[in-house]
Amino acid sequence: MKLDLKKKKLREINNTLQNLDNKKNDRDFVIINPEGSHALCAGLNQEMKVLIKGHVGYYCAGMNQKAHVTIDGNVGTGVAENMMSGTVHVKGNASQSAGATAHGGLLVIDGDASSRCGISMKGVDIVVKGSVGHMSAFMAQSGTMLVCGDAGEALGDSLYETDIFVKGSVKSLGADCIEKKMEKKHLNKISALLKKSEIKNIKPDSFKRYGSARKLYNFNIDNVSSY
Amino acid sequence: MCGIVGIYLKTKKFEKNLGKMLSGMLNNMESRGPDSAGFAIYKDESKKIYKFSLCINDLNFNSFKKEITKKIKKAKLTQISDHVILKTLEQPKKVIEIINSNFPKVSIVGYGRSIEIFKQVGNPKDVVKKFRLDSFSGTHGIGHTRMATESAITTDGSHPYSTGEDECLVHNGSLSNHNNLRRELTKKGNVFNSENDTEVAAGYVSNSLSNNKSLKDTLTSGLKDLDGFYTFIAGTRKGFAVVRDEIACKPAVIAETKNYVAIASEFQAMAHLPDVNSAKIFEPEPGIVYSWGN
Repeated sequence: MKLDLKKKKLREINNTLQNLDNKKNDRDFVIINPEGSHALCAGLNQEMKVLIKGHVGYYCAGMNQKAHVTIDGNVGTGVAENMMSGTVHVKGNASQSAGATAHGGLLVIDGDASSRCGISMKGVDIVVKGSVGHMSAFMAQSGTMLVCGDAGEALGDSLYETDIFVKGSVKSLGADCIEKKMEKKHLNKISALLKKSEIKNIKPDSFKRYGSARKLYNFNIDNVSSY
Repeated sequence: MCGIVGIYLKTKKFEKNLGKMLSGMLNNMESRGPDSAGFAIYKDESKKIYKFSLCINDLNFNSFKKEITKKIKKAKLTQISDHVILKTLEQPKKVIEIINSNFPKVSIVGYGRSIEIFKQVGNPKDVVKKFRLDSFSGTHGIGHTRMATESAITTDGSHPYSTGEDECLVHNGSLSNHNNLRRELTKKGNVFNSENDTEVAAGYVSNSLSNNKSLKDTLTSGLKDLDGFYTFIAGTRKGFAVVRDEIACKPAVIAETKNYVAIASEFQAMAHLPDVNSAKIFEPEPGIVYSWGN
């Protein structure tokens, strides 16, 4: 089914997708003429496939559950923010805070993601085929971030338990983020993510692993007087 | 919030459509700044003739024209709503003195050999219509839609700010050291007409340009001297430049084709531009100055 943002209002289109009849079998949608609209495909909560042709604005596919959203273009701030499940695939570049606070699902960005990618992520898997900007994975709590390009300044600042894998260079690591030893289970995790996001010709062992030194958020008896 | 937009034409192809392109961009940024709007257009650069963009407020145009032509001989005036473009061969210093000492109700919005500036309080769509931006041609232009935060909703508080010949600046963000910087620049001879933080940044740029620094070098040293959040677009007679602070919370997106470069706070501001879907689209990186034509 084709949905044209030049003919229908954003709210109308979101409403159609958010309130799809459970028994409906036709679950393939194509959205044309997005022209940078904000909050397109936000709050979808059923199995469906949506292809957006063109560039979109802020919070695209935010709070996504179960749906598979592909954007054939660039996305603005906060794509797939607070996603719970499903997949969001960006074929172009993503602006800041991609996948912010997302709990689950898979976010794949073919191009670059700018600053604060995966900020406070809580279980989502984020795969960026290009590079990520500064302060990516800031306060990231769980889930996995896989970067095939480079990472900007202060990667993983104040990190909790997200696994970060970067193939290229890291400009600098944030507070309490350190390089860690790559074990078999991590290589398996990378392999699975590469396969899921249809990336070939990159070997899992070409990545480096970064994680929390666990000094910042763990209770430390030496600091008892400060609590 | 606030929305900023800019367009620089690399070829002559769209010169007649510049106003139309810019007005579409401003209209689409209404959601980011509904309080006031303004724009600067660079057009018909002259070697000798100076253009003064004046806001005459509630003065009667005909009586103003009668009075001012007594003092500035051979001045040519064109009225667009409550703004007047005054063209003269006289030097800026003399004209500014005449206006300031004889017409306290008139404010000088900007001047130069190419720039024309219009700004007013109200919804961007109304402001654009009122000043007939659609009908403008030109080589480059900059616009702003304002959501007022640190100073009042007035014409003086509207952007673009012009503090030097053919210069202008628009800003999305806020500065935290503008009061100190205003004092320092005032001591150096800069004059400020509002309490607004952006006017201080514009003054900073003017001061540096007058010391023969390039726009690119000026904005690069601004990264050190201007404390706060910002995306700036600064215009000169020959082109413009954009810079974001190192933290880069304030958005900006650039679309470049073989005919033009467009900058806006959000992509939706430029979704209507010709060939935009095949343009090179990217975000300016934090702390790096991008410039065209300078």
